[in-house]
Amino acid sequence: MAARGELPAWVNLGLIPLLNLMAAFLVSGLIVLLLGENPIEAVRLLIFGAFGYGEAIGYTLFYATNFIFTGLAVAIAFHCGLFNIGGEGQAYVAGLGVTLVGLYLGFLPFIIVLPIAIAAAAAFGGFWAFIPGWLQARRGSHVVITTIMFNFIAAALMTYMVVNVLIKPGSQIPESGRYAESTLLPKLHEIAAFIGMELSRSPLNLSFLLALAAAVAFWVFVWKTKWGYALRVVGQNESAAVYGGISPAKQIMIAMAISGALASGVALNELLGSQHRLILNFPSGFGFVGIAVALMGRNHPVGIILAALLFGALYQGGSELSFDMPTISRDIVVVIQGLVILFAGALEHMFRPSLEALFAKPERTEATA
Amino acid sequence: MSSDASSPGRGPVEREGAAFAIELRGVNKSFGPVHANRDIDLAIPRGSIHGIIGENGAGKSTLMNILYGFYRADSGSILVDGEAKDIRTPEDAIQAGIGMVHQHFMLVEPFTALENLLLGAEGGFTLDAGIEKARADIVELERDYGLEVDLDAKIQDLPVGVQQRVEILKALFRGARILILDEPTGVLTPQEADHLFRILENLKAQGRTVVLITHKLREIMAATDNVSIMRQGQMVAHRKTAETSTEELAELMVGRKVLLRVDKGAARPGADVLSVRDLSVRDSAGVQRVKGVSFDVRAGEIVGIAGVAGNGQSYLLEALTGIRRFESGSVSIAETPLPAIPHGRPDNLGHVPEDRLRMGLIRGFPAHENAILGYHDEEAYCKGGFLERPGIIETTRDWMQAYDVRPDNPALKAAAFSGGNQQKLVLAREMEHDPVLLVVGQPTRGVDIGAIEFIHKRLIAMRDAGKAVLLVSVELDEILSLADRILVMFDGHFTGELDSADADERKIGLLMAGVTTPELTGDAA
Repeated sequence: MAARGELPAWVNLGLIPLLNLMAAFLVSGLIVLLLGENPIEAVRLLIFGAFGYGEAIGYTLFYATNFIFTGLAVAIAFHCGLFNIGGEGQAYVAGLGVTLVGLYLGFLPFIIVLPIAIAAAAAFGGFWAFIPGWLQARRGSHVVITTIMFNFIAAALMTYMVVNVLIKPGSQIPESGRYAESTLLPKLHEIAAFIGMELSRSPLNLSFLLALAAAVAFWVFVWKTKWGYALRVVGQNESAAVYGGISPAKQIMIAMAISGALASGVALNELLGSQHRLILNFPSGFGFVGIAVALMGRNHPVGIILAALLFGALYQGGSELSFDMPTISRDIVVVIQGLVILFAGALEHMFRPSLEALFAKPERTEATA
Repeated sequence: MSSDASSPGRGPVEREGAAFAIELRGVNKSFGPVHANRDIDLAIPRGSIHGIIGENGAGKSTLMNILYGFYRADSGSILVDGEAKDIRTPEDAIQAGIGMVHQHFMLVEPFTALENLLLGAEGGFTLDAGIEKARADIVELERDYGLEVDLDAKIQDLPVGVQQRVEILKALFRGARILILDEPTGVLTPQEADHLFRILENLKAQGRTVVLITHKLREIMAATDNVSIMRQGQMVAHRKTAETSTEELAELMVGRKVLLRVDKGAARPGADVLSVRDLSVRDSAGVQRVKGVSFDVRAGEIVGIAGVAGNGQSYLLEALTGIRRFESGSVSIAETPLPAIPHGRPDNLGHVPEDRLRMGLIRGFPAHENAILGYHDEEAYCKGGFLERPGIIETTRDWMQAYDVRPDNPALKAAAFSGGNQQKLVLAREMEHDPVLLVVGQPTRGVDIGAIEFIHKRLIAMRDAGKAVLLVSVELDEILSLADRILVMFDGHFTGELDSADADERKIGLLMAGVTTPELTGDAA
C-alpha cells in the first residue's frame, strides 16, 4: 500500500523537523564549544531569554507574529507552485499603506481605522506581489527572479518615500512623523489590563491575534474551499488544471496577491503595533526568514506557527544570549539561526532516506492488484 | 575495448559455459519498500531472440536497467558470455558487448544519422578523420543486416521506423553482440514492425543475441524463440515460444485467466452528437497539426481513430475537449458550438486524457480530490465555495467499488495506485458525470491486462447506454475490437474511414502509413 517514499504523517511532520532542529543545535553547540563557552549554559540562557519571564515571552511572540505572516505568505504561493522570495519587499511596500492610514486617517475612531489599515496594508503588499504574478502569468517571467528584483525596487522606492516625501518636516532623521493615536494597534498587555489581567509590558500587540486568525483563514481557504482546491491543482499539475478547466494564469495572480497581502502583516505588527512611524528597512529580514519558516512548517499553518515560535525564540533568546555571554556575539546568534535554516531548509531531506528505510520494513503489505 | 568487439558472434565458443549470452543469477533490487526484482534467474541462449513479457510494473524495465548499468542490483550476479561481469555504468555494458535501444530514442534531432552514430565514439580530435572511416564500417553493417538508412539525412526528417534503425546501427557500431530492445514497436506501423522483426531475424542469423521487451503477446509469438514471463517482480515462467500460446502467456502474466476478445453486440447509432467540420489546429510553434478534418460521432457508437502516435491525434483531442484553441473549422457537441478559443471543458463532455499522469490526475492529491477534478464547481461538491468533503469521499468510495479500483480508499494519494487503478479512477470520474460524449485517449496505455478487460467492457456499456464515444488509440488491437467505425489519421488528416466489419490490420496499417488506394478509401464517407 505504501508507495515509495511515503512516511507516516507524524514522522513527516514531527520527527523530521525535530531531527533537523537537533542537528542544527548540535552543530551550534560545537561552535559555542569552540568559542570556549559552555553550550549547555548557552542553551539555558537562550531559553530563559526567550521564555523565562513575561517580557521575554512578549518579545518572542512579537517576533513570532512577523514570522507567522511571512511564513504563511511563502506557503500560499508554494501551494500554487510558486516560490515567492519577495515577502521582504511586499511587507516593506505594505508599510506605505499603513503609514498613509496612520498619518492621515487619525480623525476616524479606532474601530473604523482598524479594517481600513488592514485593507490598506493588504492592498499595497498584495499589489507588490501581484505584479510579479501578472508578469509570470502573462509574460512568463519567473517569479523567483522578479520577486527578488522587486525587493530592490521596494527598498529604493521606500527610501525615496521616507527621505523625500513622508519625512517629518524639519527633521534630519529618516523616518515619518508619528502616527495618529487613534490608528495605533493596542498592545496585548493593554487589552489584558482592560479585562483585568496583568501581563508584562512588551511590544506584543493585536497583530499577534490577527496572525493567528490569518493562520486559521489560511487553513480554511486552502483545504476547505473550491478556490483553495483550484490553487492547489495548479500548484501540483498545471496540465491537469487546464484539463479540468482551471486557468493557471488566474490562479497564479490570485496566489501571489494573497501572498503579498499575508506578508503585509509585518507592516501592521512592526509599524502600527510597535514603531508607530515609518522607519527605514523595518522588515529587516523577516520576509526572507519566512521562507525557512514555511519550509520547516511544511507549508501548513500549524507547522508555520510552531516554526514561527521557534524563530521568534531564537531572535529574542539570541539577543539575550549575546548580551549575557559577550563571546557569543550577535553575529554568532545569526550563525545559529542560519544553521537552523540550513538544516530545516536546504538539508531538509537529509534524514529522509534512512527514516524511509527504517519505516519501510514493517509496512510491507501484499502487492496491490 | 571489448576483446572481440567486431566478432559476428561465433567468436569465443571455446569459453566454458558460453552457451548463454546472458545469465542472471539471483538478482534482487529494491526501491525503498518496493521489491522490484526478486531472485531473478534468467539464461538467454546465444544467437536467439528472447522475449521478456510482463505487465507494467512487473519489473522488466528495472531488470534491463540493471543489465545496462543504469541501476545496480542489491544482490545476485550477471554473466555475459559465461563470464561474471560487474556492470556499474552503461559504458561497462557497452564494453561487455551489450547494446540497448530505448523506447524513447536517444538521438540528436538536428544532427545527421551518421553524426548520431558517431556520438560518443568520435575517435579523434577532429571529426573529419573519423567520419569517413566510420562511414565505411557502417555501410558494411547496413548491408549485413538489411538496415537501410540514409546516413546523411537529418534525424528530424526521418520516419520513426528509420530512426529506430539508426538506434540499432548505433548499438551495433559500438560492438554490441547482445541487443536489448525496450518496447520497440510502440511507435511503429504494423508494416514497420514487420520490417523490424526481419532485421532481428538477420541479427540472429549472424549470431547476435536479441532481447525483446514488450507487453504485446502477438509480437512475442511472431518474433521470439524463447520467452520469459515476469509478474510482480519475479520470473514466473520460461517457455519455448513454439510450445506456448497467447492464452497461456496472458494467464501467466496476470496470474489468472483473461478474456482477450471483447464481446459486443451490434451498435445502434442514433443522432449525431459530435460534428466536426474542416477542423484545423496548430501547435504552439505554429506548425499545422490537424489539417481540416471532418467527421461525426453518433449517439450509441464508438468511433475509433487509429494512427501512429504523433500524427495529430493529440492535437485533435485537445481541440475537441476545450484545452487547445483551433484555427479554423467548427466543432459542435449536441448542437452547441464549441468556441475556438477554449473556455475550459464543455459541460456535457467526458474526457479521459491520453496521458493520465500529466493531465488526468494529480499524483499528490488523494483519490477523492482527484474524483472532482474539473467538476469542483458543481453544486454537488461545493456549497458557497466550501467543499463538501464528506459527501465527496462517500461518492468516491462508491465509484471506486463500482469501477473495481483497488484499494478502494478515497484518502489514498493517486500516486499510490497502480496504472490500471489510476485509469479506472479517471474513467469513473468521466463516466459518472453523465456526459453525452466521451472522448477517450489511449485508455489502456500502461494498464495491466486485467484492467484492460474491465475498461473495454465499460466503454462498450457506455456505448450501449446511448452515449457517443470517440476513441483514440495507437493500439490497433484495441481499435479493432472496440470501434464500430474506424478513422485512420496520418499527418494531420484522415486517410480513410472503415467500417469495423471490413477493417483488418493490413488495410489499417497501409492507411496509417499514408498509403491511399481506391480499394482502401472506396467506402469513405
